[in-house]
Amino acid sequence: MNAWFSLFTALALVVALVLISFLGVETIGLSILFGVVIPYLAMAIFIIGFIYRIVRWAMVPVPFRIPTTCGQGKSLPWIKADNLESPYNTWGLIGRMALEVLLFRSLFRNTNAELREGPRITYGSAKWLWLAGILFHYSFLTILLRHLRFFIEPVPSFVVLLSNVDGFFQILVPTLFLTDIVLLAAATYLFLRRVAIPQIRYISLPADYFPLLLILGIAISGVLMRNVWKVDLLSVKQLAMGLFTFHPTVPAGIGAIFYVHLFLVSVLLVYFPFSKLMHAGGVFLSPTRNMRNVNRSERYVNPWNYPVKVHTYEEYEDEFRPKMKEAGIPVDKE
Amino acid sequence: MNIDYNRPPETPWMDTPTNFREGTYSYPGAPKKLKYLDLANPRQWSPTDEDWKLPDNWQEIILKGFKERLDKYRSFRLFMDICVRCGACADKCHFFIGSGDPKNMPVLRAELIRSVYRNDFTLVGKMLGRFAGARELTIDVLKEWFYYFFQCTECRRCSVFCPYGIDTAEVTMIGRELLNLVGLNINWVIEPAANCFRTGNHLGIPPHGLTDMWEFMADDIEQITGIKVNLPVNKKGAEILFVTPSGDYFADPGTYTCMGYMMLFHEIGLDYTWSTYASEGGNFGLFTSHEMIKRLNAKIYAEAKRLKVKWILGGECGHMWRVMHQYMETMNGPADFLEEPVSPLTGTKFENSRSTKMVHITEFTSDLIKNNKLKLDPSRNDRFRVTYHDSCNPARAAGLLDEPRYVIKNVCNNFFEMPENTIREQTFCCGGGAGLGNDENMEMRMRGGFPRANAVRHVRDKHDVNRLLCMCAIDRATLSAMMEYWAPDVDVGGIHELLANALIMDGEEERTVDLRGEPLKEDAEVDEDV
Repeated sequence: MNAWFSLFTALALVVALVLISFLGVETIGLSILFGVVIPYLAMAIFIIGFIYRIVRWAMVPVPFRIPTTCGQGKSLPWIKADNLESPYNTWGLIGRMALEVLLFRSLFRNTNAELREGPRITYGSAKWLWLAGILFHYSFLTILLRHLRFFIEPVPSFVVLLSNVDGFFQILVPTLFLTDIVLLAAATYLFLRRVAIPQIRYISLPADYFPLLLILGIAISGVLMRNVWKVDLLSVKQLAMGLFTFHPTVPAGIGAIFYVHLFLVSVLLVYFPFSKLMHAGGVFLSPTRNMRNVNRSERYVNPWNYPVKVHTYEEYEDEFRPKMKEAGIPVDKE
Repeated sequence: MNIDYNRPPETPWMDTPTNFREGTYSYPGAPKKLKYLDLANPRQWSPTDEDWKLPDNWQEIILKGFKERLDKYRSFRLFMDICVRCGACADKCHFFIGSGDPKNMPVLRAELIRSVYRNDFTLVGKMLGRFAGARELTIDVLKEWFYYFFQCTECRRCSVFCPYGIDTAEVTMIGRELLNLVGLNINWVIEPAANCFRTGNHLGIPPHGLTDMWEFMADDIEQITGIKVNLPVNKKGAEILFVTPSGDYFADPGTYTCMGYMMLFHEIGLDYTWSTYASEGGNFGLFTSHEMIKRLNAKIYAEAKRLKVKWILGGECGHMWRVMHQYMETMNGPADFLEEPVSPLTGTKFENSRSTKMVHITEFTSDLIKNNKLKLDPSRNDRFRVTYHDSCNPARAAGLLDEPRYVIKNVCNNFFEMPENTIREQTFCCGGGAGLGNDENMEMRMRGGFPRANAVRHVRDKHDVNRLLCMCAIDRATLSAMMEYWAPDVDVGGIHELLANALIMDGEEERTVDLRGEPLKEDAEVDEDV
C-alpha cells in the first residue's frame, strides 16, 4: 500500500461519512435513522464487540511468565529492588500497570537516535509523542465526561465542576472549552507526525489515518455545532435523554451538523472493536507488563504443558560409557 | 555507513522484494542435524535458490500452525491485534540503527506476520484485503519472514519502549517456530541444538573431551597460582550442580571466566560438581521453538535429580538465564526434589530462587563478597579500565543489574559506566544473539552491534577503557569481533575472570601474571618460566 494512498483513502472515507450524514438529514430527512437507529446499533456493536474482543483474548492461555524487566529484580536483601519496573508483589504490579495505563510510562522513555559523522550515534530526548498522546487521551476523557450532562438530569455536580474548570478561560461565547482545543491540537500533531516523518509514513496503513481523521471530524463538528452554528442544546439534550432512557424522541429543528457529529461518533463506536483502538483494552492484558518478576521464587504453570522427546542420561551413558570409564568419569552402569 | 533513516525505499514495503545479500543472512540447517532432532523437511537448500524445496502444502502447514499458536499464546494473539504503529520502537532496534532497513523496525518486522494474520484470521482483513493491511502468504512473504526473523536477536529492547509492552522476541520466536514447520532454519542454531541434544553441549564435546578441557584449565591455573584446584565431575551427592555455557570451555576469552569459577569454588571449598551430561547452560531451543527449549532444558533438572544435589548454580550466560528464569520450572518443573538454595558459606537463603532452585553466579558471588568471605586484591586489575555490558536477557528478562556491578566494583578499581541509554534495561544487543553470531552473517553482526560498540568507543575515548566485561558466552565471542572492527584496543572478558585475578587464594604463589598470562603490572617483565 502506497503511503499517500493510505492517507487519501482514509481522508476520502471520512469526508464521505460527513456527506452521507449531512445529506441524509438535510435533504432526505433521515433524522430518525441518524438520530436513533444508528446510534443504538452502534452502541450495541461497541459493547458486544468490545466485550467479545476482551473475552477472546482472555480465553487464550498465558503459557509462560514473561515480564519485560525494566529495573532491578528482587534478589538479595541488601540489593535495592525496583518494585515498579520489575514488580515482585501485587502492589508493585498494580503500580507498574497504573504508571503504564495512566501515565504511559514506557512511551515516556522514548528517545530519538541520530546518526552522525564518524559514524557516531546519539540519543536525544523525544517526549513529544508522549506529550501528545497524554494530552489526546486525557482531553478525550474529559470531553467524554462533560457529555454526561446531556444524559443525566440533574447534571451531576462533578460534571458541572469539570465543565467550569474546562471553560475557565471563557474564550468566546459560548465558552470554548480548553479540552476541545487540546484534543484538536494533539490529534493534529499525531496526524501530522504520521504524515511528515518519512519512516512513520512508510509504516502507516489506512487503519492508522482513519481513526485520527474520524476523531478530528468528531471534534471539529462538535466545536462547530457549539460555537459556530449553535444548535439548540436543549433539543439535543432531549434527544440524548430519550436515547439513554430508551424512550427515543427526535425533536424538530436540530441542525444537520449535530447529526454529522452523532454519526461520526457512531462510526467510531462501530469501528472501535474491530481495530487497533482495542489497545485500550489490550494494554491491561499484555503479559510483558502485567506479570510479576517472581519467576524463580514462585512456580508458574502452563495449562497445556505436554511431554516431549528428550535424550536421557541412560541413552547418553550408553553411547559414551567406555570413553567415560577410560577418562575416569563415574558411570551408573558398569 | 551511509544511512538516512528518513529515506525509506521508493516502493511500499509489501512490494519491496527481499535481497539475500551475502554477509546479511545465515546458512540453512544441515539435513543431518534436522534429522537428529526429528525436525521437518531435512534437505540441502540455500536461501539464494529460487526453489526452497518446500512441501507442496507448505501454506496449509503454516496457516494451521499459525492458528494453533494464536490459541496457545495470549502474547502472540494480543501482539497481532493491538499495535497502533506509533513507531516508538523503530530506532530502538540495533539492526534498524545499523542497517536503516525499515523492515528492521520492530513494528514492521511484526507487520510482516501481522499482515498475514489479518488476511487469514480477521474479518476486516478478509473483507478489505490490502486496505486493511492484509496480504496473502506467498512464497515471497515466506522468504521475507526467513530473512527478517533471522535478523532479530530476540533482545527485547523494543518491548521496553512499547507503550503496550509488545515484545518482538515473542513474535520472532513464533515466526521461527512457523518457519521450522516447513524446514526453514539456520545451521548456527540447529547444529548446536542437535549437538546439545546428543552430547549435552553445543559444541558436541563428548564427556572425555570435556574432562580434558577442564583439566587443561586446571593445569593453567596451577601454573599461574601454584594451586591444583579440585575438579569434581559427575559427582553424586555433591551439594551443588554447576551449569554454565559450553562456549566458555574452549574459546578465549570465555575460558578465563571458566578458570575463574574453578578458582573461586576451590578457594571457598565448595562441594559442587560439573556435569558432562548437563554440560550446557545455553539453550538454542530458544531460537528454534518452545518445544525445543523444553527438550534441551530437560537435562538440567534430570541431572540434578540423578546426582542428588541440593540445588543448582548457573554461570555467566545471557539467553541461558532467559530460559532458567522464565521457562525452566514451568516447562520441566516442579523442582520439588531439590532444596531451597542456601549458601553453604554465608548461610544466606536465596529466596528469589526458592522455587526454581537455581541461583545466578553473581547473586552467589556478591553475597560472598558482602559477607567478607573472599580475600580480594583489586589492584591486581589496575591495568584494566573497565566498563560493563549488560547482556540482554539477564537485564530485560530477569532484572539482574546490580549484582554483577557489585562484584565488578569489588574486584577492580577503575570502573566506568557507558551512557545511560545503552546500559541496564536499555542495553544494546551484541548483534549476534539468537543464533546470528555466525561468520557468514558478519556484515549484519557489525551493523547490529554498532550501537553497542558506539557506546564502548565513547568510554574508551573518554576514560581510556580497555576492558569490556559481560556475563554472556555469546557476548564474549561476538563482542570480541565487534571490538576489533569498531573499537580496537578494547578487550572482552567475563566478570569471574577479573574476580579470579583479584582473588587471594590460600597458599598461592605470588602472582605475576593474570589469567591470560599477561603481566599484572604494565612495566613488569613476564617470568620466562611461567
